[in-house]
This record gives sequence, C-alpha cells and structure tokens, in this order.
Amino acid sequence: MARSQIKERPNEAPTEPGTIISIRGLVNRFGKQVVHDGLDLDVRAGEVLGVVGGSGSGKSVLLRTIVGLNRPYAGRIVVLGEDTAAMSEREWQQLQQRWGVLFQSGALFSSLTVAENIQVPMKEHTRLPKKFADEVTALKIALVGLPPEAAGKYPSELSGGMKKRAGLARALALDPEILFLDEPTAGLDPIGASAFDTLIRDLQQSLGLTVFMVTHDLDSLHAICDRIAVLVDKKIKVGTMAEMLADPHPWIREYFHGPRARAAGIG
Amino acid sequence: MAQQASLKKSGEGDGLRLELSGRLVTATLMPLVAEFDRLPARGRATLDLTRLEALDTAGAWLIERTEARFAAAGAKLEIVGAKPALAKLMARVGKAGKPQALPPPERYSPLVFVAKVGAATISVFQQAGDLIAFFGAIVTTIVRVVLRPSRMRFTSLVSHIEQVGLNALPIVGLLTLLIGVVLAYQGVDQLRAYGGEIFTVNLVGISVLREMGILLTAIMVAGRSGSAFTAQIGTMQVNEEVDAMRTLALDPIEALVLPRIFALIIAVPLLTVFADFMGILGGGAMTCLLIDLSPAQFLRQLNNAVTVKTFFVGLIKAPVFAFLIGMVGCFEGLRVKGSAESVGRLTTQSVVEAIFLVIVFDALFSILFSYLGI
Repeated sequence: MARSQIKERPNEAPTEPGTIISIRGLVNRFGKQVVHDGLDLDVRAGEVLGVVGGSGSGKSVLLRTIVGLNRPYAGRIVVLGEDTAAMSEREWQQLQQRWGVLFQSGALFSSLTVAENIQVPMKEHTRLPKKFADEVTALKIALVGLPPEAAGKYPSELSGGMKKRAGLARALALDPEILFLDEPTAGLDPIGASAFDTLIRDLQQSLGLTVFMVTHDLDSLHAICDRIAVLVDKKIKVGTMAEMLADPHPWIREYFHGPRARAAGIG
Repeated sequence: MAQQASLKKSGEGDGLRLELSGRLVTATLMPLVAEFDRLPARGRATLDLTRLEALDTAGAWLIERTEARFAAAGAKLEIVGAKPALAKLMARVGKAGKPQALPPPERYSPLVFVAKVGAATISVFQQAGDLIAFFGAIVTTIVRVVLRPSRMRFTSLVSHIEQVGLNALPIVGLLTLLIGVVLAYQGVDQLRAYGGEIFTVNLVGISVLREMGILLTAIMVAGRSGSAFTAQIGTMQVNEEVDAMRTLALDPIEALVLPRIFALIIAVPLLTVFADFMGILGGGAMTCLLIDLSPAQFLRQLNNAVTVKTFFVGLIKAPVFAFLIGMVGCFEGLRVKGSAESVGRLTTQSVVEAIFLVIVFDALFSILFSYLGI
C-alpha cells in the first residue's frame, strides 16, 4: 500500500480508537468559493451521526466527498482503516461494497423493477445462485418494510416513501457496514418520516450498521442520532444533543433553540 | 475478505452436529449455499454458531431457510451458541417473515405481440388526433395574437430567430455546399455518356432550388431546433414550470409555442435562400472544374435552366415545413410527463415525426405542382 505517501500534518488531531471514518484537514472549493476549510471529523463505529448545517454549508458535498463522488481539494479521508486517496482501483471497488448510499430521492434505476434494482449490486459483485439471490432480495424488501408486491413494480409506480425504502433496500443489498443517507426524511409526511426513522434505527441496531445521515429534520436528530455534527464556519462541530444545546455559537443556538426546535421538543 | 466461512459436520441422523466458523457474509457464503441445501432434513440436528465471527442478512437467511426446511420435513435444526449481536440479527431476519417469491418476469406470448400491435395502432391515431387538436389551438392563438399584436413576445422571438436561424448558418451552408459538389460529380459522370456534361448545370440548378436546398435545410432544422424545442419545453414540464405558467394565467401556447413557431417561419425561408446559394456555389464550382467551364459560361447555362419560378417553387415550401417542425417540436415537449427519461424519449420521437411530416408534405407538394403544371 502506498499509504506512506500521505504526509500526516504534525499538528493533526489523533484518531480516536473505534473510529470508522476519519477525516483530517478536508478542503473543498468550487472556483473561488470555499465550502470546507480544514474540516476534521471522526465517525465512530456503530453510531448514528446526524449531519446538519444551513443550506449551502456543504452537507451533501461532505457526503459526496467521503463516498468518492467529489474529489477533495486537500485533506485525508480514512474509511475502515484505509486511506481513500492511496487506493488502487480494485481496493476502491472493494471498499465501495462495504458501504451503501441512499440518495435524496432514492435514485432508483427507472428502467428496472424494485427487485431488479436491489439485485444490481448482487449480480455485479457476487456470484450467488439465482434462487438464493431472489430469496435474499425478497428478504431485503421485507426488511425495509415494503409489501411483497412492490418487488415487481417500477420506480414510477411507487410513492415517495416507497421509493426511499426501495433505495434503502438497494443500499443494503450487499450488507454494508456503513450506510450513508442524504436527507432520508425530506419530502415525507410526518407519519412516514417517523416510520422511516424507526426503520433506520431498527436496522442500524439489528444489522450493526454505522449510519452517516445528512438531515434537516429535527425530529430525526432527536429520535435516532447518537451524535450530531454541525457544519458551521466551513468546519464541523460534533457532540451529543445535550452538548449542542449548550453550545454558544450563534447559528447553533438559533438552530437548536428556534421555534421549530421547540416544536420538536428539543430546545 | 480474507476469512472464509466453513461448515464442519460430525455424527449422523439425530446426532448430526454442524459447526459454522469464520465469516458467513454475502461475499463468502456462496460455496456454503449448496452445502446447506445438501443436508438431509432428518431427526434432530444441532447447528453450533459459537465460532461464527460475523453474519449478515444473507448469511442469517441461509441459516433461517435451512431451519425452515428442516421444520417442513418434520425434523428440527437446533441453533446454539450464537453471540448476542448475531442472535439479534437472526431474530430480525426471522421477524421479516418468510419472504414471498418474487413475481416471475414477463413472459413472451404471441398474444402479447397482437396486443402490442393493437396498442401501437390506437396510439398512432390518438396522437394524430392530439396533434390536430394542437394545430387548432395554435391557429386560434395566432388569430388572438394577430388581433392584439402587443401580446406577441418580441424579445423571445428575436432570441429564437438567432438560435434557429443565425446559429444554423454554418452547418446548413456546409451541408448544402457538399451536396452541391456530390450532385455535380454524379451529374457529370452520368451525362458524359450522352455528351451532355453541360446539362449538369441544369441538374444542379433545378434539384438544389426545387428540392435539395429546402429539404436539407428542413431536416437540419428538425434535428437541431425541433429537438431543442422538445427538450426545452420538456424540461420545463418536468420542473413544473409550465404548470406554474398556467397558474399565473400565462398561456403556454402563447408564451412558449408561438415565438418558437414564428421564429422558424421567419428563419427557415432565409436559411433556404442561403442553402440554395451555397448548393449552387458548390455544384457550380465543381462543374466548372470537372468540365472546364468558365464562371460566365456556367451562369449563362444556369440562366437558361432555371427561372425565378424554380426558386420560388422551392421557397414556398419553407414556411410550411417550418410550421410543421415547430408544431411537432412544441407538441412533443408539452407531452412530457414526470421523469427526465420521457424528455429523451419524446425528443427522439419529435425529430423522427418532424422529418417524416416534412417528407410527406414534400411529396404532397410535388403532386400538387405537377397538377398545376409548375
């Protein structure tokens, strides 16, 4: 491995033990606009981390950078103990199979049925016998709480909530260790959103997942997140809900003590 | 992952003892599926998971389905020694219930073919009907705008003229120039056998002015601008911009369709004149080179061959074709529903339909002109 090529900065914070994703000194910029400037973040194994921040603060950019859809300007990202910048194509592909991503509107392949969507990663990366793969697919559909008849439907025939569940089933197809969620409850009604929260918590606990969740939903933060990461001033602040409530930063105060936070029973 | 899963068997029948070790996960369980399926479902067997280190849902399902197979055969598979985390996962998989079989993929039958032919036939007529209704809507809107010219959106019109006319000049010019060259080559070659090379000038002049100039222009415009209209309006449909216009009491036909159609009606005849010129330039230059004609001789022969009428017979078709291309482009754009996928599909369809209609109308014009003796 060529990991030694990456120089650790002398003043870099050490990585805590039990860390599954470690980001050090991340800089993202588009043209002249700097989105992240020296961002450090540790995600612990087995936790649900909620990432919040104002519009345009780079929440989705952070998620896209970790999963490799966006190349960072500078900084080091270590996932599951491996430096993502120093990887060969093959190692990268293997790492990709150890995480699943749920995009905001599901991003299901529109020309395939739900079952076929879930089987895309299975067919590509495993050689399971067809019958067993079909059974596992049906199991994933049941696990995310979709009715069995949804298997043969096309994404255009599903409601928004069902699309997200189907997207979640596809993200879980290879039983990943890390689950990335981009605004999983956006666009769902409050009942659907809280059902989805419960589902994520339940799957996270029974499958032993680590969840990295970008969200705007204060209820989700309150209900299922172990820790909260707030993107402010191009950096990130991490803490529990109690720590966030006590934080003096004006944006964080506004966010966690605003009228909506009070309505969610937080502030 | 380096570590594999393995299954150790000892004992027989009631005393069958199985021991799983390693990591039973999607990546490693492939060889074990067949091994589990071969286990005879008899008596009481025990599956020891003490040495199993990792399990995922696919692995849990493999154990679960084997347990169910034993139960169905009146036997029992007892599972012992699972670590708490693994037991939790197995309980969760068990709770999801027996997964229902996936629906079988659609089978092909001869009846499906018949049904498809029927559906396609109906949709052709339906679409033709819709297109005629759209034509009616455009005509009534045109009448309304003509009565109140202040409703015409001139900024939009000028911008569309630039896009469909001015910006198309290079490609239309180059294309007809080359077609002129090709016509001259073929003409000289064939007419030489009769000693009538000079009539290549007639061939080039008449075919470019009457057919080639306008037809190539129309096909280029359909491919360039008709498709752009469908894509632009289709994208607006997907973004619900067209619905937003309707709620703001803006008529999409007046605001989106008319400027585009008028832009084409103005630009296509101008492009045709340019195309005629370039076609004759290309054909003429080539003829002069091939049969040693001076430009003056060429012009004299061209003057004998074509009249102003030849030119106008070609040009008169331009506004009609322009209207057809614009109408089809906007019609397909407004038919977009829902996803971005349908924008792509309808854009393709719009180009095919526009070119089809252009050629059908060209044939109709030919019949009409021959009746009129033009």
